[in-house]
Amino acid sequence: MAAESGKIDPMHQFEVTPLGGGFNLGGHDILFTNSALWMIVAAIALGLFMWGGMRRQLVPGRWQAAVEGFTGFISNMMMANIGSEGRKYTPYVFSLFMFILFCNLLGMLPLGVLGLHPFTVTSHIAITGVLALISFAIVLVVGFWRHGLHFFSLFVPHGTPLPMIPIIAPIEFVSFMVRPFSLGLRLFVAMTAGHVLLKVLSGFVINGFNAETLWLGSIVSVLSFILMIGISALELLVAGIQAYVFALLTSLYINDAVNLH
Amino acid sequence: MPQIAQLTADNWYLASQLFWLLVVFAGIYLVIGRGMLPKIEATVDARDRKVADDLAAAKAAHAAADGLEESYRQQSDASRVAAQKAVAEAKDKAAKDAEKRLAKVDAELGDKLAAAEADVAAARKSAMAEIESVAAEAAGDLVAKLSGVKVGAADAKAAVKAVLHG
Repeated sequence: MAAESGKIDPMHQFEVTPLGGGFNLGGHDILFTNSALWMIVAAIALGLFMWGGMRRQLVPGRWQAAVEGFTGFISNMMMANIGSEGRKYTPYVFSLFMFILFCNLLGMLPLGVLGLHPFTVTSHIAITGVLALISFAIVLVVGFWRHGLHFFSLFVPHGTPLPMIPIIAPIEFVSFMVRPFSLGLRLFVAMTAGHVLLKVLSGFVINGFNAETLWLGSIVSVLSFILMIGISALELLVAGIQAYVFALLTSLYINDAVNLH
Repeated sequence: MPQIAQLTADNWYLASQLFWLLVVFAGIYLVIGRGMLPKIEATVDARDRKVADDLAAAKAAHAAADGLEESYRQQSDASRVAAQKAVAEAKDKAAKDAEKRLAKVDAELGDKLAAAEADVAAARKSAMAEIESVAAEAAGDLVAKLSGVKVGAADAKAAVKAVLHG
């Protein structure tokens, strides 16, 4: 039975497989992969969701109220963190939040029952890292555009005593430069860890029922299955929270660039 | 771990992932972030403004209704006072009329009473005079029968008068 348990590879779900349709771009082969497929599925699902909220009625229906709940959530967050100037950046943060949220949730769909393999786009650091770098680039561009070289005063918090500046400034600089990594890493790690945990537990469920001592294996399987139900609920929560944290931190970083300290 | 492998080794799918991510995210940003989001926000803003306007209108209407009620109450108070005044005046006038009529009737009754009393007095006087003459005759007759003395009518009258009037 040990050999059978080896067949369930928790990392297999993160494999990128080509689905065809390749072309060459600057020396790199660009293939249509399952990752690209799930990004497009997320974009279409998001587009359909938003389209349902475009009826523009004075008294919103359920769907319109749901869409307006999401847009209002992000607008209020931008207004609270940045102020009235934050409206300019709402489209970017909203796109970011909804894209991450839909990718997270679509990766959680139990499509394995139908024989399909759902792929969580946000469990790849190449994706989350690029999104974090885009946010970081926006912060840099907006900061230097609005404040010029004065933007470097970000590294000297207001009210720092003069002799402390040589110590504080490098620390602030490092913490500033770490932001894109922590931002991208947080989402990637949360998604990867949750999906690995679910796959490991599902491996326990399958191997438990295949065990030689069936009564002991069955106990392990049932307990693992109960644990999976709880962790699946937790993962749904994490999917929302991680999207929220990514959008919240992006808005806070943009606030640094717009208003300095 | 395929996520890390694509960053370390020269993996074939890193370029594909970045390409498709940029295409899809740019599409979401342009179509949804720039296209749909402002329209939804405009709808929400319009609704908020409408609700605020309606609330202001309702408040103004409420104030107007309060003013109207106040003026109505003042009017009704004023008319009640006027009505009470009219009633009091009418009562006063009626009381005065009744008094006047009563006085008139009283005076008439008094006149009638005085006339009746005068009649009674006159009747008693004449009756007295008749009694006097009858008594004088009777006294004269009695004296003549008892003593055989003829008494003059004038003497008898004077004697009766003296007895009657003490």
